[in-house]
Amino acid sequence: MKIALLGNPNTGKSSVFNLLTGLRQQVGNFPGVTVEKKYGEIHVGGNSHSIIDFPGTYSIYPRSKDERVVFDVLSDSNHIDFPDCAIVVIDASNLERNLFLFTQIYDLKIPIILVLNMSDIAHNQRKTISTVALEELFPSTQVVETTARIGIGKERLLHAIQNVPKENKPIRFLPDSKICSIDDLLCQEKEANDRFTLISNIIEQIEQKSPIKEESQTSKIDRILVHPILGYVIFAGILLLIFQFIYAFAAIPMDFIDTTFSDFSGWLSEILPVGLFSDLISQGIVPGIGGVVVFVPQIALLFFFIALLEETGYLARVVFIMDRIMRPLGLNGKSVVPLISSVACAIPGIMAARTISDWKERMITVLVAPLMSCSARIPVYTLLIALVIPNERILGIFNLQGLVLFGLYALGLVSALTIAALLKFLIKTKEKGFLLLELPSYKSPRWGNIGITVLEKVKLFVGDAGKIILAISIILWAMATFGPSDKMEIAAKQAKDSAKQQHLDEDAAARMISSTKLENSYIGILGKTIEPVIQPLGYDWKIGISLITSFAAREVFVGSLATIYAVQEDGGGNKRLIDRMRAETKKDGTKVYSIASGTSLMVFYVFAMQCMATLAVVRRETSSWKWPLIQLLFMGILAYFGAWITYLLLI
Amino acid sequence: MSKLLSTIISGKQVKVSHIQESSLKPKLLEMGLVAGKEICILFKAPFGDPIAIDVQGYVLSLRLDEAKLIEVEEV
Repeated sequence: MKIALLGNPNTGKSSVFNLLTGLRQQVGNFPGVTVEKKYGEIHVGGNSHSIIDFPGTYSIYPRSKDERVVFDVLSDSNHIDFPDCAIVVIDASNLERNLFLFTQIYDLKIPIILVLNMSDIAHNQRKTISTVALEELFPSTQVVETTARIGIGKERLLHAIQNVPKENKPIRFLPDSKICSIDDLLCQEKEANDRFTLISNIIEQIEQKSPIKEESQTSKIDRILVHPILGYVIFAGILLLIFQFIYAFAAIPMDFIDTTFSDFSGWLSEILPVGLFSDLISQGIVPGIGGVVVFVPQIALLFFFIALLEETGYLARVVFIMDRIMRPLGLNGKSVVPLISSVACAIPGIMAARTISDWKERMITVLVAPLMSCSARIPVYTLLIALVIPNERILGIFNLQGLVLFGLYALGLVSALTIAALLKFLIKTKEKGFLLLELPSYKSPRWGNIGITVLEKVKLFVGDAGKIILAISIILWAMATFGPSDKMEIAAKQAKDSAKQQHLDEDAAARMISSTKLENSYIGILGKTIEPVIQPLGYDWKIGISLITSFAAREVFVGSLATIYAVQEDGGGNKRLIDRMRAETKKDGTKVYSIASGTSLMVFYVFAMQCMATLAVVRRETSSWKWPLIQLLFMGILAYFGAWITYLLLI
Repeated sequence: MSKLLSTIISGKQVKVSHIQESSLKPKLLEMGLVAGKEICILFKAPFGDPIAIDVQGYVLSLRLDEAKLIEVEEV
């Protein structure tokens, strides 16, 4: 049986989904569209059923792309996802509005289970809702009461699923109701008016409100959190706290992962027989996997915090206080979440922009999101900062390295907002944006839900971005190991001879040979080809190679330098990457990584669109190659000239 | 005497009388803003826009542009 899980936003629908499926849930896409489809299996009474968690909506008629899928599936009984049974989750604290969607689905004549979810607010309001009255008013509907937040009601719900009738032929709630077409606004208006009239006639039979009306906890908190001054101070404080946490706590597991993989790869190259295959494993695959796993702590932490803010209801307040500020920039209060998410990774950020119903505001958000410094840039930033920025204190309190890092994030943010304001004038559109957002009551977070969200994001990253990173690592290793055969051999022979002439010891000779080999490998040839273009920015061909390879994903820059220097150091010691880079000198003896070239590189990474996965997501989200290509172009121009100016200023 | 919701001050209790014709009209109705509904302006965002209103049981935020579509009368 195919079960559809439907309901208004903020009703505890995802808690019900998690209650039913636990960790047996998957994320995919609805066919033909890019709307996220969460689904899972439930096994009950020897049968297994698939359940789909649809996006939360107030009506079957959509007002954004995300919501459209509900209409598309429910209005077409031949749709592959058309359900055999619908579970509609209703928040007991707000019966009237919730019943609107319920009666719409009821009138589709799908067998239906009504889940009356008792939220904390409903409890506090001391509302009594008569499930008997509900079952009488909506014949052949099973009504199940749950408190999904604390996991009560699972057995009752499973029992109801087992007893779903094969067919459901109730009398329609709204007589003669039919599905309006999406563009027929008059039909939808009439339906809304008629439905609410009928609902208000029956509501007194169902619920008894307590006559006492006291100011709710939520509005007391809101007076502080949306306060004209305090509101922003608190928001800034929360952001600062989140980044402090990520920075302080992600570093520990990241360092551990880093050293573990590096030790493991060293150990492998010792125990495996010498040869191409063991090189592939110890220098290509193992460091490649390490380069994926190392990001898991940060991604998990960031999504932990975003999920926490969303769970508690605070995120809607962020939209509320930021909307007016974002509007002149062509953005929307809802752009704040995609942009903040882009600080972890632009891919979920761009996908989160789907909730913006206005096309233009959504497009601008998508286009500027990759300018926010994502976590993939962190390894590039931290490596280069540690390399070229002195560890000093300024004014006694500020750490210079920390200030530079802050500056890079600020540069990303400021340029994202500036470009957004420019795009506002460049992108033409007829429709006008709007904001109709529920501010849910504050709730204590459901840790299980947060855990599942974190797990899901980590899985998506390891699955999607991870594959690309691993593949590039292997290609990179191959390109650094092989080259046009005669040229490489001749060069290697010459190196051997000259090492002999200079009476170098065995280690130094081996280093010289492998360095020469690298220079003549495919990768060396490619890096040298672009060297004249990047020389004005202060880079050499090795950096050039890493720039090319990091078009796959920014963090590949570090892995790729590691591979380059590891190959170069083959037979030498197992020095850490940063020491190897520090020792790098140009032909004239000056350092390759100076303050000027290092900072120029960082600026390059602030701006450049070096992420194939992001481009692919933008292509998918905008359904054309036009926008990702525009994005690639304008970000590339910003990167090149930004880095060039930086280099000229600092040299 | 009907006024636009965008002109009402915080804390005031009003009743929806009519929604002006616009592509948003069905959406506003679906959110429960049907004629006769009593609503109350709870608070406004910094700069007075958007505003948050209580729609008998839940809090809805909307921009002044949307509030201009909603005609209300005092209760």
